[in-house]
Amino acid sequence: MENEVRNALTVGAAKGAGCHSSYEGQTMTGAQSIIAALECEGVSHVFGYPGAQAIAIYDALYDSKQITHVLARHEQAAVHEADGFARSTGCVGVALVTSGPGATNTVTGIANAYLDSIPLVVITGQVPSHVIGTDAFQESDTISITMPVVKHSYLAQSAEDLPRIIREAFHIAITGRPGPVVIDVPSDVAGQTLVFKYPEKVNIPSYKPTYKCNAKQVKAACALIEQSEKPVIIAGGGVISSGAERELAALAQTVDAPVAVTLMGKGAFPNNDMRCLGAVGMHGSDRSNAALMESDLLIAVGSRLSDRVTGNMEKFAPGAKLIHIDIDPAEIGKLREADVPIVGDAGAVLAGMLSQLQKDEYTGDHTAWWKQINGKNGLVAPAEQGDAIDACACMEALGVRLAEAEKAGKRTIVTTEVGQHQMWAAQYLPRNASRSFLSSGGLGAMGFGFPAAIGASLACPEAQVICVAGDGSLQMNIQEMATARAYNAPVKVLLMNNGCLGMVHQWQQYFYDGRYSQTELDFNPDFIALAAAYGWKGRRVETSKQFGEALDEMLACDGPYLLDVAIPVNKTVLPMVQPGSGLLDRVKTDLVEGE
Amino acid sequence: MEQTKHVLTLLVDNKPGVLQRVVGLISRRGFNIESLSVGPTENPALSHITLVALGDQVAFEQIIKQLHKLVPVHKITDLSAGGAIVRELALFKVKAPADKRGEIIEICNIFRAKIADLGTDSLTIEITGDEGKLQGLEDLLRVYGIKEIVRTGKIAQARNHK
Repeated sequence: MENEVRNALTVGAAKGAGCHSSYEGQTMTGAQSIIAALECEGVSHVFGYPGAQAIAIYDALYDSKQITHVLARHEQAAVHEADGFARSTGCVGVALVTSGPGATNTVTGIANAYLDSIPLVVITGQVPSHVIGTDAFQESDTISITMPVVKHSYLAQSAEDLPRIIREAFHIAITGRPGPVVIDVPSDVAGQTLVFKYPEKVNIPSYKPTYKCNAKQVKAACALIEQSEKPVIIAGGGVISSGAERELAALAQTVDAPVAVTLMGKGAFPNNDMRCLGAVGMHGSDRSNAALMESDLLIAVGSRLSDRVTGNMEKFAPGAKLIHIDIDPAEIGKLREADVPIVGDAGAVLAGMLSQLQKDEYTGDHTAWWKQINGKNGLVAPAEQGDAIDACACMEALGVRLAEAEKAGKRTIVTTEVGQHQMWAAQYLPRNASRSFLSSGGLGAMGFGFPAAIGASLACPEAQVICVAGDGSLQMNIQEMATARAYNAPVKVLLMNNGCLGMVHQWQQYFYDGRYSQTELDFNPDFIALAAAYGWKGRRVETSKQFGEALDEMLACDGPYLLDVAIPVNKTVLPMVQPGSGLLDRVKTDLVEGE
Repeated sequence: MEQTKHVLTLLVDNKPGVLQRVVGLISRRGFNIESLSVGPTENPALSHITLVALGDQVAFEQIIKQLHKLVPVHKITDLSAGGAIVRELALFKVKAPADKRGEIIEICNIFRAKIADLGTDSLTIEITGDEGKLQGLEDLLRVYGIKEIVRTGKIAQARNHK
């Protein structure tokens, strides 16, 4: 399948200002100007939930022919849906909620987007200006509450400012290192009138992200690469934000370097490429973790080297030099000093490096290094025991189906919730294209994956969208089954149901003497009956023999479908790094085998 | 890690909430702000923030980078290494019975401090200067009994030769 990799920046620019000149010069309310501005930004979907202080904006939305509003059943889910929309397309996701509880409910969604660098614009209603600060009904200080988790935020003080604010918000959200922007709109401001004029250009003198990189640094990086005998590329989410997949693939080939893909970078470099190491870090294989640890040169591209990737930083890759490429200068040198820091857009930097390497007539050949890496163990192949369903085997089986669909020209997108199933998917489910694996990496927010799947499905109706979920996570936003049904989003939920909060359960097994405090879900609903109540199809399977056929049935279904897969409670995610230790220091599972 | 004192000046948008963004970011990252002063500049759209904070060097470099990411922040100058004019203003309310006033006023003259207010048994002294000068005056006034001290926090500007 020709992967439709969209550069976020060009999409943003292509859909930019000036496409709705019919609004120019019209007198309208602040609320109407918000909708007009969203239309000018090319917005097709807004995810939200109305309330008293947002009524005027919702009233203006009533007339929009361009914008489909998706009525979520909870504001947190609305933001996750906008996030899934953004992750699957590279465009800015938009959410709209009311003041007070509407706004506070968005906080987890905003924090999740902030930590994973996802471009969002979140518009919140606010009580009228003259009662701000009086503890009015449904008043909350939204700007202050969200301040630590936004890229930027605006409190609109006059309707005349709204078009400029929205233009700037979209620009800030998607340029540089993307992130969420909040716009708080007091209801009296939404009611004021203005003459609509949409600014064509954005001019924020104090905000100029660095895209072009320093040529000297590129040269220095190439010099390190040319000397290296054991290079490893670490591909993070920045590769996807930048749209630098082609340059990354070319670099891996030119240097003959293995590519470690972080959770956020999964898909940026194909799992089916022979140079892909697969999952690394906390649950990485011996092979991939050893490659990092024994490397003499790490080339980190758009990765912030989080602790889930590196383990204990003091013990991480002791013999390696570091080339650190990031558009955010604050990520470079934050956790490990870089030998060659390069600030810039990943695509531009890698292109610069490729042309320098070509000029130097360099082609890497690291046969000995590959031999060393390939001498280590990869992930253990899933093995079914008796009738019990093996979760890793489920991931592999799903991977086979998705590969077939892709061969037939269908795009496939997998979202995950957070926990054991997420790690099994990261380990065993091959993803070969950018924006095909959407997962909460930084915040680790349970309740993300399901609404994100709905957002992705509405954004990409041509795609098969599957949410791999756990029974704990799914119940955090299960009310969104109604949203999926209402908007005919044919999402598929593959529920790995072990009746417990598996990841914490696993930690309790290994590190707390099997004292399973509050991790066993003694009551779970009948998920299939629940699905039916929401107008979904569904089926429960309990033996490995049933799984393959049920999976096919799910994937062939036209509408939303929930496949409830019973898996054993004691299955753990392995291998596992001893928390706080180096990447090769494994939890000794044979000594602490539970139940 | 060694705790050192850092002096920063920031040129920021003169808009509501900007100070909160700056201070919030610094306190979230575990720095204690020792002093802070904010005022308008020659350009009414911009304000100057001068702040003094304690923390280790590596963490401080990270904070400067994070501050640069705040959209309303235009320019950051690190004046920790010296090469700056640093001033603050203090008001000392000192016990001053009639027989001691002459001595106290003599001390003030030496420090080029001003008498800002006079009561029946106390004096308020106004002084501007760097930290050493203010400390020197405070030490001398302690002998007479200081009833109250109010200080502005430092303001700083790079020297012209820089």
